Amino acid sequence: MKYSYYPGCTLRTKAKDLDVYARASAAALGIELIEVEDWQCCGGVYPLGSDEIATKLSSVRALNAAKEKGQDLVTMCSACHHVIKRVNDDMKNVEDIRTRANNYMELEEPYAGETEVLHFLEVLRDRVGFDELKKRVKNPLKGKKIGAYYGCLLLRPSKLLSFDDPENPKIIEDFIRAIGAEPVIYPYRNECCGGYISLKEKDMSKNMCEKIMASAEGFGAEMLTTACPLCLYNLNKSTGAKLPVVYFTELLAEALGVKDEVKEEVQK
Amino acid sequence: MSSQKKQAELIKEISGVNPLKCMKCGKCSATCPSYNEMDIKPHQFVSYVINEDIESLVNSKSLWKCLSCFACVERCPRDVKPGKLIDAARQVVVRQKDQNYLLADEIPELIDPDLPQQLLVSAFRRYRR
Repeated sequence: MKYSYYPGCTLRTKAKDLDVYARASAAALGIELIEVEDWQCCGGVYPLGSDEIATKLSSVRALNAAKEKGQDLVTMCSACHHVIKRVNDDMKNVEDIRTRANNYMELEEPYAGETEVLHFLEVLRDRVGFDELKKRVKNPLKGKKIGAYYGCLLLRPSKLLSFDDPENPKIIEDFIRAIGAEPVIYPYRNECCGGYISLKEKDMSKNMCEKIMASAEGFGAEMLTTACPLCLYNLNKSTGAKLPVVYFTELLAEALGVKDEVKEEVQK
Repeated sequence: MSSQKKQAELIKEISGVNPLKCMKCGKCSATCPSYNEMDIKPHQFVSYVINEDIESLVNSKSLWKCLSCFACVERCPRDVKPGKLIDAARQVVVRQKDQNYLLADEIPELIDPDLPQQLLVSAFRRYRR
């Protein structure tokens, strides 16, 4: 299985663990992640204004690069996934944006949303299959009670993201089961951590994260897992319950028995 | 056309939202994680646009409290998208000269060694041009 891969800005810096463990796990599963050449930052948040064009072009470039290779485009970070998936929908379905973006791009063949965008969790669910993943696990994380923290970016708006049921998602819980651990379902798993508000209004985000942490702890979680570097950062700033928060790829690498091989790369 | 009317039209155009679809059920406000911090509540954004009181809207605290988490968008039974409306009001402000809500000079005070790049690029995109 060969895929184009879009890591995004934070996976090269503060969230190296998300990227390094993903690559090691993918290799162990026979998945080839080929990094998009010269990718540019997606911008972190989807530009909501219907007249926004220039702010979407970095996503279009990555999408078109995957199209030219005839590959699906895999994302790892929730924010990159959200932005690129929504821009792809614009390119496919909004004629005005498609026309104007292509005017900037000057491609040999206009881009019209042909690429399929997959979050790595979707690759595991829909391409590998959780049953198959379970068979490949060498080191099942037995007895670990893990709360999935979805946040907002992977799930909403659900019509566009079509990732999972936005109110009762189960993809990360199914993932947790596949790697041998026990998922803990708690009410705040799909509520927002505060996102970018934590730059200027740290207390607002702190309050939200305390609710999330308390909710997860109250339902018996020993740790949380996420796909978003900003969620991880905000949750770690919570001053209430202090559950450890790790990327889902770290759990995956541990279960597949490849974590120790690449541990040092994360520290670099 | 008065400038308030023009701005109301602009907000509708940028957001692509038709505020007349709203039936005032209040689900958006009930689900908003920033509700307590907002002076104008999500279900009221719509009325301010309908009443063309853009002055109050763009000067509200709420403008900078929305997280774009799409809880209101997802849970609206009428597909009104209050979150897009408030972002459009924010755009009407930051697209003017010297109206950025976040300045580069502020950044050193706001960051710490764990802060992810994602947070900076996201805030820059929402708070300034």
